[in-house]
Amino acid sequence: MELDNLYQEVILDHYKHPENKGLTAEYDAQVHHINPSCGDEITLNVTLDGSMVKSVSWDGLGCSISQASVSIMSGLMIGKDIAEAQIVFDNFVELMQSKGSGNPDESILEDAVALAGVSQYPARIKCALLGWMAFKDASVQAQK
Amino acid sequence: MTLDVTKIRKDFPIFLRTIRDGKKLIYLDSGATSQKPQVVIDAEVDFYKLHNAAAHRGAHQLAEEATELFEESREIVAKFLGADAREIVFTKGATESLNLLAYSFSNAEPDSRFAIGPEHTIVVSEMEHHANLIPWQQLAKRSGATLKWFSVTSDGRLDESNIDSLITDKTKIVAITQQSNVLGTINNLDQIIKKAHSVGAIVIVDACQSVPHIPVDVRKLGADFLTFSGHKALGPTGVGVLWGSYELLNDLPPFLFGGSMIENVTMTDATWAEAPKKFEAGVPNMAQVVGLGAALKYLENIGMDSIHQHEEELTSYLLTELQKIDGIAIVGPLDSSMRGGIVSFTVEGIHPHDLGQYLDSSGIAVRTGHHCAWPLTRALGVPATTRASLYLYNDHSDIDALVAGVKDAKKYFGQ
Repeated sequence: MELDNLYQEVILDHYKHPENKGLTAEYDAQVHHINPSCGDEITLNVTLDGSMVKSVSWDGLGCSISQASVSIMSGLMIGKDIAEAQIVFDNFVELMQSKGSGNPDESILEDAVALAGVSQYPARIKCALLGWMAFKDASVQAQK
Repeated sequence: MTLDVTKIRKDFPIFLRTIRDGKKLIYLDSGATSQKPQVVIDAEVDFYKLHNAAAHRGAHQLAEEATELFEESREIVAKFLGADAREIVFTKGATESLNLLAYSFSNAEPDSRFAIGPEHTIVVSEMEHHANLIPWQQLAKRSGATLKWFSVTSDGRLDESNIDSLITDKTKIVAITQQSNVLGTINNLDQIIKKAHSVGAIVIVDACQSVPHIPVDVRKLGADFLTFSGHKALGPTGVGVLWGSYELLNDLPPFLFGGSMIENVTMTDATWAEAPKKFEAGVPNMAQVVGLGAALKYLENIGMDSIHQHEEELTSYLLTELQKIDGIAIVGPLDSSMRGGIVSFTVEGIHPHDLGQYLDSSGIAVRTGHHCAWPLTRALGVPATTRASLYLYNDHSDIDALVAGVKDAKKYFGQ
């Protein structure tokens, strides 16, 4: 079934058992992002330790794609240097813009390659990017 | 069945195509936009092929024909609404109509009946589409007026219990929908219009979801202005209608300035043509206006009473069948009286966006999200819903497909 390209098992697993969900009491930066086309919302906290991403925590309402994507992203970013995190971010954005013809680097994107199918569904790309954009915003603010 | 849907579908070429690798198209998104019958497509194409010229300008045969077709459409729209042709203003859509009104109020001279200031209130409802909320919200900000609103009851009806405290002698405008695009609720506006007129307020009706589906007679309704979009009524995109009682249209200052809307122009001043021309600056969307005329004639041939009855039967079936599924919650009235063919719902454990995606993979087109009525979905405590909306080309098999699709989606997402 073609739909299985979109809803990979990894995605449904993260949706049902999201990682790093639940906001930390303390943080360096907190952002709130909204997808105005569907109403999905996310609040995301980032804490840095020097140039290292010490923690990412989040809470939100949204579809399986947006929730799984932020769950996967949080796991990927924690423990990375900001410069490394930026590379992961850039790779993911490029994958989302690939219209299904992307060749994702699994050594960089790890579980996030499961989201490759999203790039074939233009209406869902914003869902997948919601948490990532929130992280980018928060990490920039945290560095100030 | 009130309507012969098999025959009607043959008039709509889109039903010849398939969706997602050969699946039959189950179109349940007419609340967003309707499909177009061949007669509408032909009317638009014929205009470009045979009659194209700028209406109301040019000393040649084509310009005459274009003008004639354009004005014929105005007559058709007027007849459809029980109005007079000079009360019909063509706009780009209902959104433009409502903004036109809001900005025309802003442009009113201080001694005009339309002048609005900090001493006034504007009354809307919580079930408004953004297009009938934001123009008034922003007019209130510009003018210093206060925005007030009717709430929605837990069963999705308009709560009129505090009508006397909402509509007072301070009220300048009451802008309200005749049918909710989320709840499907049809509002009986008699009380509100009566109350508004008793305090001298102007009543503006958003009829986007009603005019295409139920018989609407503007004289019987008794409001002051009413608007709908052509594309939801089988017509082309890019054309809408603003109806206003002639006396009010004549007094209302224009919003867009330019060609065609003038009486006389000098380098330092200008005067305006009479309504409706005063509100139709620039070369209009002629082919689309002509297409809308063809659409309304098509609807009239089938009969608005029959269409309404057909949708009522289908809605009743849809409500019954959906409620048989575990975990479904319908957002809006559960009985089909005073209710149009729009049913929004949630399914426990499945986000509407995921449900919509699943249904799409089976060829079923629905809308998901807040449906441009975010304050309403917030008030109802749901972040988003899935919406199925019906029209004359839907039948029981479409509803059976939707119900089967929802059940399959529950299995797919493990609910």
